[in-house]
Amino acid sequence: MSRLPRRSYKKKRMYNYLFATFCVIVTSLSVAALFTLIITIGIQGWHHLDIDLLQSYASRFPEKAGVKAAVWGTIWLCGICVFTAIPIGVATALYLEEFAKKNKITSAIDINISNLAGVPSIVYGIIGLTVFARMFGLFGTINDPLVEIGNPMTFFYFRLPFGSSLLVGGLTLALVVLPIIIVSSREAVRAVPSSLREASLALGASRWETVQKVVLPKAIPGILTGSILSVSRAIGEAAPILVIGGFLFIRFTPENVFDDFTAMPLQIFNWASRPQEEFHAVAASGIIVLLCVLLVFNSIAVLLRYRFQGKS
Amino acid sequence: MTGKEPSTTLCSNTSHQRGGRYLIWKKLIDRFARTVLGCAASVSIFTMVAIVIVLGTETYSFFQLEEVSVSDFFLGTEWSPLLGAQKHFGIWPLICGTLLVTLVASLISIPLGVISAIFLAEYAPPIVRNFFKPMLEILAGVPTVVYGFFALTVITPALQSIWSGIDFYNALSAGLAVGIMCIPIVCSISEDTIRSVPNSLREGAYALGGTKLDTSLKVVFPSALSGIVSACLLSIARAIGETMIVALAAGNLAQLTLNPGAQVQTMTAYMVQIFLGDTDAIGVEYKSSYAVAATLFVMTLSLTLIGAIVTKRYKEVYN
Repeated sequence: MSRLPRRSYKKKRMYNYLFATFCVIVTSLSVAALFTLIITIGIQGWHHLDIDLLQSYASRFPEKAGVKAAVWGTIWLCGICVFTAIPIGVATALYLEEFAKKNKITSAIDINISNLAGVPSIVYGIIGLTVFARMFGLFGTINDPLVEIGNPMTFFYFRLPFGSSLLVGGLTLALVVLPIIIVSSREAVRAVPSSLREASLALGASRWETVQKVVLPKAIPGILTGSILSVSRAIGEAAPILVIGGFLFIRFTPENVFDDFTAMPLQIFNWASRPQEEFHAVAASGIIVLLCVLLVFNSIAVLLRYRFQGKS
Repeated sequence: MTGKEPSTTLCSNTSHQRGGRYLIWKKLIDRFARTVLGCAASVSIFTMVAIVIVLGTETYSFFQLEEVSVSDFFLGTEWSPLLGAQKHFGIWPLICGTLLVTLVASLISIPLGVISAIFLAEYAPPIVRNFFKPMLEILAGVPTVVYGFFALTVITPALQSIWSGIDFYNALSAGLAVGIMCIPIVCSISEDTIRSVPNSLREGAYALGGTKLDTSLKVVFPSALSGIVSACLLSIARAIGETMIVALAAGNLAQLTLNPGAQVQTMTAYMVQIFLGDTDAIGVEYKSSYAVAATLFVMTLSLTLIGAIVTKRYKEVYN
């Protein structure tokens, strides 16, 4: 009687250890994949990586090709995305968490946001192309705009429709990351204890004053972390920019938001899709630059979160 | 505001009026802020409306063209919009290519992601967890074009050395890369749901003599199943909509095949092909990309909705 349970217990313990080992191996696989990815790209790209890469434009010759236009394009896109997506995203989060009544419209917005988060980025690209770049063809074609104000070579320039310009790229990327910003900002706002709100309201502050002076300062670190992570996602997106027609051979840096542009991931895609091996090396070195930029962004986010968690 | 004034003036006539005006002003600002924030919130609604309208009208005008018929589109097995005298628009080869890549990706991402999640939430000591978690976060932050490059220059040559009959562009290589990309998505959401299972359940299982294995697989895992299923659906939706990896590694030949070593074209890769080319905005090929985008949108939207329903209906609620 007493031997049977003991043996089965031993067996159970053995199974437990086996499963734990199996788990370690499986989890290590994805880390191994990450290291393989970084090491192989490093090997392919390091010998092409120098200051010339950052200072030269795209070229037909792999040894002369560089990422200058792409880096500047990405910086502009990133800026436009920051100034559109983050205010709208944070405002939406504040509205949904602090102002909205719990009714059908609110829950519709709620479901809608999670649906938007699942829409593939290339679909956003098509929407950006039709709505922003072509404007449904209401104002002439992309190459022959109906409204043009100012000189395209200077900073002061405006056109309708927007065409395949930086502005359209930035707005489209803003649409892509908007749901992510909303979700992360909502979490940050929700994490503010409601006792603080109640105290503020009890002192006679209005809803908006409470939000502005109590909730927002408390939630800012969380909001920033989420926003930085989503902007770094926008930097890496190639599909929407490809669809709205980012150009591949740009030999100048943008002057205004209606300029033609290219971006880092698009340039990398272009080099990677060529048959010549030499361009693959250029693509790999471009990837190293892109990953370094993303690493900086992510470290800032991690540091912010660390400080935030340390405080509370 | 009134703190600096002597308390005697609080009840005086002027201060009373000022207080009243101040309150009205405050109320107005509050109303204004509420409206502005509400407008911002409506942006997401407008986005969805724009997606539906644009895709709907363009797809409708695509079906109005004489080269195209609705039945061919949904039942046809040949997709050749760019080549040949007779253009064929049958969506199935594209759907088949997409599903093949998605299947390979899910076979990688779902088991690996779920097992990693169980490990991280149940087994891993904090030190190990603090090592693996940032790694997975980095993996999640790698741009997809990088995975595409990885598939093309590392996975494909490796596969070719093992399996000689494989095409240079193939569904397997792209699928593997998409799978690696999806592991962090499955893992992080699953881990969150596993962690939210209350400890009392675990303690109950231990008290009944269960080992850690029994507890995690027979008690915790079933309780967290709804969250895990919706995580898997989300990763499938991501795999279906993934663009840059398949555009680089899966090829551009739309064919109806179940062979993962063959070249395929996914729906997203077709759109990339169209928008990279110099097709004009009124051509039938150009319009066809909207119809493909609409199909893609319907597929991912239904997956997201099913995921939401699963979470809502089967979520275990603990007090």
